[in-house]
Amino acid sequence: MQKQAIFQSKLLPYALVAPQLAIVLIFFYWPALQAVIQSFLLQDAFGLSTSFVWFENYIDLFKEPAYFEAILRTFFFSFAIAVSSLSFALLLAVMADKPLRGSMLYRTLLIWPYAVAPPVVGVLWIFMLHPSLGVLSRYLRALGVDWNPLLDGNQAATLIILAAAWKQISYNFLFFLAGLQSIPRSVLEAAAIDGARPMRRFWTVTFPLLSPTIFFLLVVNIVYAFFDTFGIIDTMTRGGPGKSTETLVYKVYTDGLLGGNLGSSAAQSVILMFMVIVLTGIQFRFVERKVTY
Amino acid sequence: MVEEEGFRRYIAHIILWIGIAIVAFPVYLAFVASTQDNAVIANGQMSLLPGGHFLETYYQTIFVGTSGSTREPVGNMMLNSLVMALLIAVGKIAISIISAYAIVYFRFPFRMALFWLIFITLMLPVEVRIYPTYKIVADLHMLDSYAGLSLPLIASATATLLFRQFFMTVPDELLEASRIDGAGPFRFFWDTLLPLSRTNMAALFVILFILGWNQYLWPLLITTRDDMQTIQIGIRKMITTTDALTEWPIVMATAVLAMLPPVFVVVVMQKLFVRGLVETEK
Repeated sequence: MQKQAIFQSKLLPYALVAPQLAIVLIFFYWPALQAVIQSFLLQDAFGLSTSFVWFENYIDLFKEPAYFEAILRTFFFSFAIAVSSLSFALLLAVMADKPLRGSMLYRTLLIWPYAVAPPVVGVLWIFMLHPSLGVLSRYLRALGVDWNPLLDGNQAATLIILAAAWKQISYNFLFFLAGLQSIPRSVLEAAAIDGARPMRRFWTVTFPLLSPTIFFLLVVNIVYAFFDTFGIIDTMTRGGPGKSTETLVYKVYTDGLLGGNLGSSAAQSVILMFMVIVLTGIQFRFVERKVTY
Repeated sequence: MVEEEGFRRYIAHIILWIGIAIVAFPVYLAFVASTQDNAVIANGQMSLLPGGHFLETYYQTIFVGTSGSTREPVGNMMLNSLVMALLIAVGKIAISIISAYAIVYFRFPFRMALFWLIFITLMLPVEVRIYPTYKIVADLHMLDSYAGLSLPLIASATATLLFRQFFMTVPDELLEASRIDGAGPFRFFWDTLLPLSRTNMAALFVILFILGWNQYLWPLLITTRDDMQTIQIGIRKMITTTDALTEWPIVMATAVLAMLPPVFVVVVMQKLFVRGLVETEK
């Protein structure tokens, strides 16, 4: 698609694009290229010499069981966060979509956590469920649960998933509500006239019509769980105890900074880049389809 | 009309209030903790009602900071966060709107190549290229500076794409009309296109401000000086020291202060926020 009415100028358009182009080249393409180059290099222990090692960093990575575990863990976290957050948000959106008194107020009261930063989410949740001073931990212990997420890896993982899902509720709610409101009332009325009860109407009419939104949100939630959980993990568990909450992004961070293993960290970055490109590709294809609906 | 019996409506109200409670409880708890005495909290005996230390805690948090190792007033951190968020939001909108203008309203060699060069940046968040980016910022001597905090986060195409889509919907007749009036590319941009883009710019600003304010990993890497910390980094450093020494009321007051500006923006500018969120995700 192109505009018919345009300006004629030789230099002006380049001048207008220049600032963005400069920033993109310096802070995006150059570092991305460096990451790729770095991933083929190996530095000796003292950082004195660097040699080109082809795919050695990648091969080492895939020989390392910890890396596989981090991949599996990241996918598990993403799945758990997406499913729990999406289902709860869908329930709330279906309720808020009904012609209720004060529905605008409900919307306001449910969307604001979008603005809470991941590290703050981490601080709020670790405070609430801290083993010694957490308010909710008291009740858990009263119920007989031996609650200590600072020592128990599974409990730490549960905590991260809950906190990350909590933050994402508002976002999912907002998009579900928009999706629900775009379903024509007449379709639901037709189903009602045919004698379908509300539950049946939801599963046979609303849910299928909502599937583009669900798919879109699924991708967004997975990308969120991959990257934006960094702040939550860093303030709550720092990847621990052991490595029980170390995701792929967190591993890039620790291997590069604390471990000083830049070659491996760069190789991990490149693998992550591929994963994001695949996810975004899936999302773009879907968006195109939505446009032609 | 789809029938909605009274009973079902009650259920809906109840479920929504439960949802609101779940969403609000951690934040309520943070506020309550920020008004109580540290010793009581450390004992695990915290009450669920606000205490009497509100003014004292918030005064210390904003103007003095913790009494531990990093003694940095949170007020200063908030200022850093504010400057960073504004630079990111304004910078991104400014460079994006002019490059989108060039791409839509001019024909020039490599136009589409340049568009794709910018477009591809959509795909990769800063997290996957942190160390090389860190090295470049260090080489440019931009560590511990506002430029280093904001420039790498401006390098993304969301806004350019949005403005491009919007410009495509602007009727060609407007350009023809202002051309007849003798307007050149600058006049047309300033007098016609910019006023038309106002709502889009505002919606985008709201989203970018929130994203900028909430940045974490990048500032964590490139700020080493305490006086350049953003509030998100400051809060993490406060709980670094061993548990027993953590001053929870101050940590929680900082958490509340860190949430206040972006939550305020969402609630007060809800229409723009929703619009911006839906548009940027397309």
